[in-house]
Amino acid sequence: MKQEYTITVYTENQVGLLNRIAIMFSRRKINIESLNTSPSEVEGIHRFTIVINETEDVVRKLVRQIEKQVDVLKAYFNTNEEIVWQELALYKVPTDEIAEKVKVERLLREHGARAVVIRKDYTIFETSGHREETDKLISVLEPVGLIEFVRSARVAIIKESRGFHEKLKEFEETEPHPSTRENEYLDQGGNVFVM
Amino acid sequence: MDTALSTAPATATQQTRTISGSQAVCEAMVQEGVSTIFGYPGGAIMPIYDALYGYEDRLEHILVRHEQGGIHAAQGYARTSGRTGVVFATSGPGATNLVTGLADAMIDSTPLVCITGQVFAHLLGTDAFQETDVINITTPVTKWNYQITDAAEIPEILAKAFYIAGSGRPGPVLIDITKNAQLQLFEYQGYKPCHHIRSYRPKPVVRKAYVEEAARLINEAERPFVIFGQGVILGGAEQEFKAFIEKAGIPAAWTILGLSALPTDHPLNVGMLGMHGNYGPNVLTNECDVLIAVGMRFDDRVTGRLDKYAKQAKVIHLDIDPAEIDKNIKATVPVWGDCKETLPMLTALVQQKAYPKWLEKFKECTKSEDEAVFQGELHPTSDILTMGEVIDTLNQITHGNAVIVTDVGQHQMVACRYAKFNQSRSNVTSGGLGTMGFALPAAIGAKFGAPDREVVAVIGDGGFQMTLQELGTIMQSNVKVKIIILNNNFLGMVRQWQELFHERRYSSVDIQSPDFVALAAAYGISGQSVSERPNLKTALETMIDHDGAYLLEVMVGKENNVFPMVPQGCGVAEIRLK
Repeated sequence: MKQEYTITVYTENQVGLLNRIAIMFSRRKINIESLNTSPSEVEGIHRFTIVINETEDVVRKLVRQIEKQVDVLKAYFNTNEEIVWQELALYKVPTDEIAEKVKVERLLREHGARAVVIRKDYTIFETSGHREETDKLISVLEPVGLIEFVRSARVAIIKESRGFHEKLKEFEETEPHPSTRENEYLDQGGNVFVM
Repeated sequence: MDTALSTAPATATQQTRTISGSQAVCEAMVQEGVSTIFGYPGGAIMPIYDALYGYEDRLEHILVRHEQGGIHAAQGYARTSGRTGVVFATSGPGATNLVTGLADAMIDSTPLVCITGQVFAHLLGTDAFQETDVINITTPVTKWNYQITDAAEIPEILAKAFYIAGSGRPGPVLIDITKNAQLQLFEYQGYKPCHHIRSYRPKPVVRKAYVEEAARLINEAERPFVIFGQGVILGGAEQEFKAFIEKAGIPAAWTILGLSALPTDHPLNVGMLGMHGNYGPNVLTNECDVLIAVGMRFDDRVTGRLDKYAKQAKVIHLDIDPAEIDKNIKATVPVWGDCKETLPMLTALVQQKAYPKWLEKFKECTKSEDEAVFQGELHPTSDILTMGEVIDTLNQITHGNAVIVTDVGQHQMVACRYAKFNQSRSNVTSGGLGTMGFALPAAIGAKFGAPDREVVAVIGDGGFQMTLQELGTIMQSNVKVKIIILNNNFLGMVRQWQELFHERRYSSVDIQSPDFVALAAAYGISGQSVSERPNLKTALETMIDHDGAYLLEVMVGKENNVFPMVPQGCGVAEIRLK
């Protein structure tokens, strides 16, 4: 069954790596719903957050292919239940309309929005949340002449993750320590041995 | 031109000196132990060729006739020598001509380092003369690629390139160097080979529990079957592999790239897997109870229809590449690691055994195949020569000691099926990509990679015409390769499919050829053409005995088919004997 998966990839900061990762999806004709690149908690290590709609089997194989890339340190995939995520949205609306027709105070409170810019001709609101939440504010603002709307890619934190500092130390060892478990996928133990 | 550089040891204490980026490229080649470079000069790589002029005593450069020929030659070199092949090409068309070879090396895990020239950094993105976006064009077909715009990066990046190309699951690496970086002078601090990249772990830690579980399955098995691929050769684990199957007493079959890892006449070698493989290995894949895959990737040409493949068997998969495990076939017990390491661990845990009844089944299958296929192919009753008897006669002369380089198509399948091999790294072919035109240039490289061995290229009349310009390379560099063209005046494999699956509608397969012997003669290469059985053996002997390159054209049956065959979309047990 297809569902939304969030793929988190820790990488070196290398020119061309975005393309190397992106073509792994397009080669398999998988549409990327959202893609974000940002620094991570570790200096010099970049973090990709990619959202796709696929079956678990496809995602697992894809993540192993991504992790195989030389400049990729580690790739994870998670369902929505396993992560906390946000998207940021900006809305530009005519200031006079807003002032007249909408109770700005209620708007801000109900949608967790805040005004970023207020000018005579327009006002820009900002909010963040899940897609449904940012979508809802569109429907509120459309009747009052929404001029422009833009939404960022998803950023996500894996609930179970302890960050990348410890992991990186393992990678920096010239010889992997025998206890280093790079092949975590084998840890399904019983599942792997089921015949 | 400073040629004394490489005599100094590459240590961190070495004094810095000012050299050009191009010299640093040559210096890296020397330090990496490269002796042969295949390449073709051009505008954007001229500074490197200029530096190369001063390294002529240490770096042999083979001028090819086309960059595709250069990269296939480097592949052939890597396959017979076990070392990383090196290619130089210029920017633009020079670089794009490498793409087929890169894709071939990528899918067949061949270690290559390709150096391409690039326009000056300030011209990048301006549609400058002979500018192409080589990095992005080659990204999907390289293990790693990188563009250098500053000469100071050259030593470190080239060290990384060689390390990445040759370690773990090998593959092609492309380094694009802008002309300004080639010309730029910088403070050279010596060459330090690369042994570690933090984001890259070529050799995983072997999980012992999985080896133990695999051994338990093997020890409990009644009809175990080993299938092996190029991983055995790439891991240099031929002896470890032989020790394993001999102790466990398990019959073993090979993929096209695993061929020659185990001698042909080994009693446990039961033959070839896949679409045109042997009858027994295909049929009995669906009768074994434990299937042990070693360094192979369950390609669709090996498995046929996946939902009809070894459904009854527990699968043990030994591979160095985690992405291969569960990719096509779900592994009951995955053993992720270098088989040079995992096979001895497994050998230590398996019981000494033999399976005479099970092995007998393979022999029965061979008997059926002998009646239906071998007899007609190797001992034909008509006057028309078959491809099989050419290979069989060649075996009688070379006794399985030659390197056999094949192209793609019917002759490739026949050569792989019937050629005998006594030692590893003797079979060079384009397996995964199926690149017609591969064999002639690959044979050139194979000879440089194994100069003391007989190298015989077996090529079809179609494939030969795709890269025949490399006869010029053979002429100029005096490459002593033997070329057999199996000429059926058809693009035979496509014709076979048209006959079997497209109602004999022979669309565009009737290919005309030049006078191959006269063509070779124009390049100063001796040769002859044979079409009659009594002349075949003498002609082959003349070819082998000739001191120098030789081209032998053999006219074979126009409409012969390669059997057995697992038709596309069928399971391996549905293999057809005719």
